[in-house]
Amino acid sequence: MFGLSEVRIDVDCLARELAHASAGACVTFDGRVRDHNDGRAVHGLAYQAYPDLALTEGEKILDEARRRFDIIHARCLHRVGTLEIGDVAVWVGVSAAHRDAAFAACRYIIDEVKSRVPIWKNERYVSGDSGWLHPDSTSVGDDPGIM
Amino acid sequence: MNYHILYFASLRDAAGCDSESCVIDSTNAREVYAQLRQRHGFSFESQRLRLAVNGEFTTWDRPLAEADEIAFLPPVSGG
Repeated sequence: MFGLSEVRIDVDCLARELAHASAGACVTFDGRVRDHNDGRAVHGLAYQAYPDLALTEGEKILDEARRRFDIIHARCLHRVGTLEIGDVAVWVGVSAAHRDAAFAACRYIIDEVKSRVPIWKNERYVSGDSGWLHPDSTSVGDDPGIM
Repeated sequence: MNYHILYFASLRDAAGCDSESCVIDSTNAREVYAQLRQRHGFSFESQRLRLAVNGEFTTWDRPLAEADEIAFLPPVSGG
């Protein structure tokens, strides 16, 4: 399942939910807040989401991963609200019988979440100002697709 | 037509509100955005935005209907 969290992500608790007697491989990914971006010193950041659409798009991505890869469990949790350096911003966990599918599905999920799920990052810079990131590489325009 | 508009990220900051109701005499999403862009001074061309209507992504050529909830989504930056 895909979720949004307003509180600190407990990665150990989430990872335990991947357990399964047939799961010989568990791959997890933490996306963490770092202290710099694009040459600027970052003090912290905040995420804003369109919750209804973020949840349905996130679930769609997990369903796609289950269809494309031979996996057992797939989960993703994304933070919203204010975060500090080092906080976990997004967590992805996949379990599978074998490692190839687990690695591939985990990579697929984080890449698709970053490019499709309606969540926006506002960076607070050490210099005192802040700004929304609206990268050029994400899906825009007449491309509702990637369905 | 009466619409309810949702704003996020830099569009929310520019509009000064997270949502608003408006009356616009068009069912064309690009025309609706153009009017709101003029009103609030949005920097994005509509080509840079995705469109969501009533909680689902859709295409810009879909005609809008009375009371639709419309979100113009700037490029996302989660993760």
